[in-house]
Amino acid sequence: MHPAFSVIFLTTLIGAAQGLFLALFTAQSYAAFKLLPQPDAHAFYGQGSFLALVLLVAGLVASFFHLGHPERAWRSAAMWRTSWLSREVIVLPAFMGLVFLYGLAHWLDWHPVLMTLPGGLPVDPTAILGVAGTLLAFALFICTAMIYACLKFLSEWHSPLTVVNYILLGGASGFTLAAAFASVTAPELVSFLAGWATIITLLGLVSRSASLYRNARLKPKSTLQTAIGIKHPRIVQKTQGFMGGSFNTREFFHGQPVAMLRGVKWFFIVAVFPVPLVLLLSAMHGGTAVLAVAFVVQYLGLLAERWFFFAQANHPQNLYYQSIA
Amino acid sequence: MTQLALVIDLNVCVGCQACVTSCKEWNTSGSAGPMVDQNPYGTDPTGTFFNRVQTFEVGEFPNTETVHFPKSCLHCEDPPCVPVCPTGASYKRKEDGIVLVNYDKCIGCKYCSWACPYGARELDEQQQVMKKCTLCVDRIYDMTMTEDDRKPSCVKACPTSARLFGDIHDPESAVSLAIRESGGYPLMPEWGTHPANHYLPRRKTRIKIHEDELERADNPLKVDRQLPKPAMNEPTLDDVTTW
Ligand code: SF4
Ligand code: SF4
Repeated sequence: MHPAFSVIFLTTLIGAAQGLFLALFTAQSYAAFKLLPQPDAHAFYGQGSFLALVLLVAGLVASFFHLGHPERAWRSAAMWRTSWLSREVIVLPAFMGLVFLYGLAHWLDWHPVLMTLPGGLPVDPTAILGVAGTLLAFALFICTAMIYACLKFLSEWHSPLTVVNYILLGGASGFTLAAAFASVTAPELVSFLAGWATIITLLGLVSRSASLYRNARLKPKSTLQTAIGIKHPRIVQKTQGFMGGSFNTREFFHGQPVAMLRGVKWFFIVAVFPVPLVLLLSAMHGGTAVLAVAFVVQYLGLLAERWFFFAQANHPQNLYYQSIA
Repeated sequence: MTQLALVIDLNVCVGCQACVTSCKEWNTSGSAGPMVDQNPYGTDPTGTFFNRVQTFEVGEFPNTETVHFPKSCLHCEDPPCVPVCPTGASYKRKEDGIVLVNYDKCIGCKYCSWACPYGARELDEQQQVMKKCTLCVDRIYDMTMTEDDRKPSCVKACPTSARLFGDIHDPESAVSLAIRESGGYPLMPEWGTHPANHYLPRRKTRIKIHEDELERADNPLKVDRQLPKPAMNEPTLDDVTTW
């Protein structure tokens, strides 16, 4: 497939934002159970949510560049019963709304006790908004990933690993960003967040390696024989029916040499996993600059990862477009 | 239930591209149009087409066969392109099974084209909406035309009658008959899309001749061995005499 930068930015930006939000609420939950010191809620949760919101808005703006008719984008909420894309279109703004409300509640230090859980744990609006936001964050990961994973003839994508990767890689970048952000606003949480960022990055390494391993061994189900229905071991296309390009030759081919693909692959493998891991471990107890670099490097790596994700997928329609004459 | 479809006879198609130009002409001026070309006279021309004729070579020289292969939307009975569309712009008509795009609803997200294994959909560069074969839905029901003209433009144009049009759910229709009796097959059956369009294979007329049909085993001359049997390459009586 031809990697579209609009979609690459959309998926990586909102992935980081979802991860960041999950990191914020994880910290809040731990603090509620007194497993972590209580940070400055106004600064850490409040501003952190707005940082997540900025990323979400940036992702949303990027996604509009993918559409031929962005002014009709509202229509895309219609078919949520059948289309994962439609579901994403609904869940994304809902999640943005919740992140906004969650951040606002913290920002305004609005903590009236709504009820008390058994054990004497007070529940305030941020806890409820946080739980709802967490559910939506996961729903959004699933919708985004299922857009790709549900296409059964794109076998590189048609796997549960796609969903796992979207969750873990988004989560990793979000927790790394949270650690960098905490080093400024809530230094007492840095080691906790950097620790989780390390764990999620390691899990991401396992699942992404698994999908690379799987994809390297795929055998295409469709062949030229099934494409035109002629039983003969040797069939070559002499002409695809036109000499210039067409939508089919532009949208479904990445057009890059194999060396480029391999280069991007190794770049992302290094930039998403070992480099941020080393930086995170070295800055467990603070170091804003190091953590910021860890996030930036990991994010750049994820851009490359997403590019590769698209470029690697081989669409069966390509069988019909192999020869110009 | 009706499922309109094309049946394309690869045994007959000569790759003349008449259906391609006729399709483009009808549809660019019809309700699906315009189908605009970019750079039509430049170095890198490109444009939207609903129908393409491709050519494949089967076999190895000198035993090769050239197969011309017309390709358009197959109006799948289980179209994977429809449920993925977020706006409902892509839909399959209940009454005749034609898969269509509503150009006023389409947002140009291209997702449906990813979901079609056949590469049958093309985004119109100028209108930025998804386009594909409509089976000439604006022709086949047009009662101002004579019955003979109420067929897709490509079918009308084909000089060799390689394209048949009809309802494949009607067991007595010409298309059903062709599929049933001339070995019609769907493309990429492995994806379960159940394409409505079918293709008829190359067919050769062969007869099996057994040796005893060339040389009579019960030839009395041979049985009695009264005469020396002439070698196979000896002239026959027909060659040396005039009767
Ligand atoms: S051929 Fe492609 S575009 Fe046409 S109905 Fe089938 S899946 Fe959809
Ligand atoms: S490009 Fe148009 S028809 Fe295709 S999925 Fe998007 S909105 Fe639907």
